[in-house]
Amino acid sequence: MNKRPISTLSLMRRIFVRDITVAWRRRSDIMSVFFFFIIAASLFPLGLGADPQLLHMIAPSVLWVCALLSCMLSLPRMFEADYVDGTLEQLIISNQPTLLIALMKILAHWVLSGLPLVLIAPLIGLQFNLTSNELQILAISLLIGTPTLSLIGSIGAALTLGLRGGGVLIALLVLPLYIPALVFGAGAVNAISIGMSANGALSLLGAMLALALIFAPLTASYALKVAVE
Amino acid sequence: MASAALNNSLSVNNLGCIRGERVLFKNLSFQLNSGRLLYIQGENGSGKTTLLRTLCGLSLPAIGHLSWNNQDIKSLAEDYYGQVLYIGHLAGIKDDLTAIENIQFSLSLSGYATNRLQILGALETLGVGRCAHLPTRLLSQGQKRRITLAQLWLQDTPEYTPLWILDEPFTALDSNMINILTEHIEKYVNNGGMVVFTSHQLPSFNVSLIEHLQLSDA
Repeated sequence: MNKRPISTLSLMRRIFVRDITVAWRRRSDIMSVFFFFIIAASLFPLGLGADPQLLHMIAPSVLWVCALLSCMLSLPRMFEADYVDGTLEQLIISNQPTLLIALMKILAHWVLSGLPLVLIAPLIGLQFNLTSNELQILAISLLIGTPTLSLIGSIGAALTLGLRGGGVLIALLVLPLYIPALVFGAGAVNAISIGMSANGALSLLGAMLALALIFAPLTASYALKVAVE
Repeated sequence: MASAALNNSLSVNNLGCIRGERVLFKNLSFQLNSGRLLYIQGENGSGKTTLLRTLCGLSLPAIGHLSWNNQDIKSLAEDYYGQVLYIGHLAGIKDDLTAIENIQFSLSLSGYATNRLQILGALETLGVGRCAHLPTRLLSQGQKRRITLAQLWLQDTPEYTPLWILDEPFTALDSNMINILTEHIEKYVNNGGMVVFTSHQLPSFNVSLIEHLQLSDA
């Protein structure tokens, strides 16, 4: 057969498209995480009663914590299936750097589990009596914050590959690392509601994203190599 | 024609591998050239799979060097991986994708862009043409195996893929399929390809092509 070499970019696109296709054929997996977020966040208004002031006050942190938890729920899926069926081995000995492969899988994970949260969060925020200005900042903070969650989470997902009880271990590894994102994500919305500017908190979230973008795929790709060895 | 131009070599120098606390093998040295077939024999647990995984770069050797055309494979990294086709115990196919989608993806990982007709042709040769558009979770173990092996028909130009590393390629295949595969491997080697494989069955290869390596407890 003739070889018509394909470029790195084209291969990266294929890895991304494949992950999305596989996930789409197992829609229930994505949906369950998505609905977990909606239900968990909706439990608070139901449990705390109709006190608009109180709900308004706790809204940013509740929504952010729910986003953290639902992101974490979907983490084991990032590499697990590929590890079990042998695709991960093939990915690692492909002629492309593992770093780029890990990056594409992280991106696919974010599109499948982070992006839906960004889109639905403003709607959930309405239950908490948030103003339109606050909803806007909430969406922006999640838009910058959730990719950071996927990136940091990839390290945990790669490190716990093939371990028994990996799911609980991921939570122990990753949740502490999520704290800065939570503080500044919820902080951005809180700042707006007390009449301050959210720019500071959002810039810090952006800085975290930049930092995670540099270190997380690198660390995850090393962990993946160790996992298949 | 092509075989004369190909002059690749894979050399293993003083290789040793450890699994857990146990030394699987040590002081292993050999060289393999284009147009040769290396049959690795050994009991269960003698380190055949570990050796193959080390040869394709998945595992790192505890001691020793591996070189491809006199360059260390660690320094070649992706340049070396791109030349190797490794088929291991795990099928490397996704249950939710169809046979064609799986093969297209595997080929793109090896740096190939292919058309569907070639893939269909390969599946036809392997007798799984009818399953091409089915999700692979519906297929039997033997059919999945054949879909994995279709790579061997699609990456069989030694100029592009000079080395095949096959871990138990004959498992789960019927006798007719074993013959087809044996012939195909011979053809690839005659064209200047290089093959390293393990098998528990005695393969009926042309004796002049084959070299043996016996792994025994260190």
